[in-house]
Amino acid sequence: MLADYSILLIGAILVNNFVLVQFLGLCPFMGVSNKLETAMGMSMATTFVLTLASACSYLTHTYLLQPLGLDYLKTISFILVIAVVVQFTEMVVRKSSPLLHRVLGVYLPLITTNCAVLGVALLNINREHDFLQSLFYGFGAAVGFSMVLVLFAAMRERLAVADVPEPFQGPAIGMITAGLMSLAFMGFAGLV
Amino acid sequence: MALMRITSPHAHGPLSTAMVMRTVLLATLPGIVALVHFFGFGVVVNILWACLVAVGCEALVLKLRKRPLGFYLNDASALVTATLLGIALPPYAPWWLIAVGVSFAIIIGKHLYGGMGYNPFNPAMLGYVVLLISFPLEMTTWGAPLGINQVGAPGLLTALQACFMPASVDIATMATPLDLLKQNDSLLIANLWTQQPVFGRWAGLGWEWVNIGFLAGGAWLLYKRIFTWHAPVTMLASLTLLAAIFYDSGSSASGGSPAFHLLSGGTMFAAFFIITDPVSSAVSNRGKLIYGAAIGALIYIIRVWGNYPDAVAFAVLLMNFVAPFIDHYTQPRTYGHSKGGGRSS
Repeated sequence: MLADYSILLIGAILVNNFVLVQFLGLCPFMGVSNKLETAMGMSMATTFVLTLASACSYLTHTYLLQPLGLDYLKTISFILVIAVVVQFTEMVVRKSSPLLHRVLGVYLPLITTNCAVLGVALLNINREHDFLQSLFYGFGAAVGFSMVLVLFAAMRERLAVADVPEPFQGPAIGMITAGLMSLAFMGFAGLV
Repeated sequence: MALMRITSPHAHGPLSTAMVMRTVLLATLPGIVALVHFFGFGVVVNILWACLVAVGCEALVLKLRKRPLGFYLNDASALVTATLLGIALPPYAPWWLIAVGVSFAIIIGKHLYGGMGYNPFNPAMLGYVVLLISFPLEMTTWGAPLGINQVGAPGLLTALQACFMPASVDIATMATPLDLLKQNDSLLIANLWTQQPVFGRWAGLGWEWVNIGFLAGGAWLLYKRIFTWHAPVTMLASLTLLAAIFYDSGSSASGGSPAFHLLSGGTMFAAFFIITDPVSSAVSNRGKLIYGAAIGALIYIIRVWGNYPDAVAFAVLLMNFVAPFIDHYTQPRTYGHSKGGGRSS
């Protein structure tokens, strides 16, 4: 039982890392990785939302869409669920902790468009995960995303001062670095 | 009268980049001699051809970027990258394999990031990983450990032929010990040892001496203070620790003894020649301790549970990726400042 969940977690964090192996959520990965601090904020917000959204979309699918035979509506309804979760999170955070809201506030709306969130919700259905598995899978995906985002931000801070040839400066060298990192992540293949 | 004013330090060592690079090149010799002794001249051809390609690529990029050729070529860093990659590649590799790997390492791994001193990834390991993923067949056919004075062992001429006319010669190949251990997980270790001629006293036949050769070269570099002890020691320690925990001294499913892991594949080569790269590793001593230990652990994890028989290159690249983050959190306290970075009162 425990082994199953840890395999699910390791699979989502390392072996099938959502950013570097499945290439989901690339927009925030490239967009919010210029500074380590913003990357930290983004990764915390994403972890929270992703875990919650994967659980909510599982519940929506099992208790609403399937009984009514509306399976074909799952993509659009998941988008709605994610948007609602993000809005809800923002409201709760704003009311309960202004400090946290100042840290996360800017990133929360951005998460709505993070394709990793929708990807996890859909993958959970495709792989026929149950509720707890969906929760763990979402959490694993979020941890993998956060880890890679934070590490990439630290690396980009170093790249910013490197003597990169002019045509490759900025996002270009970032893309190349992301590609090389995804090469390195192929080493995890076969772990689970 | 103009007085020349010279500031301290008045006594300094002649440790320039070029000096360091030449010392490193010299230190690879014991390992290379062991490789030649057990696997023939393939590795020499590898290294020479790799150096040629590396210097060509380096010159090309420097010309494109309008940098002074002589100054940058003289620091021999391209030669070090090429030599390390040439050692890591299987002997008797075809010429195009080496050329692809070296040009990727030098052009993309090093010069796209601004050249010497800026590369976030170790160029040699980057070239190796690209080749391993793109050409897995060519990258996993190692020559049999025949020894140069044995009958049927390939000579220098055969080695050249194998490199530049790969279709014209057949080189006896054999799976490496790490590979064999991974594929035979239902046997007892003792059975595997007697069945397979590639196993030696502690690890693979020949491999143990190659590793001891690199250990000797590395110890000399340590004595010359080219790098500090932190990363190599923690890497070997964490590898040994993990191997000791999971080794049950019986079945080969348990992943080999600590001695086997220390003296197999590229362990010593990585410990003293790859992870000690000052550019792509963590900077502070505390950072190097973490960096080395994590590499050792990753090597064991990928070797035993992953798809790839040897994991040195992947482990190093993964930790290269983590190194800036480690640096961010292990900045040593500046004298006179408090821990947060501000001035102490």
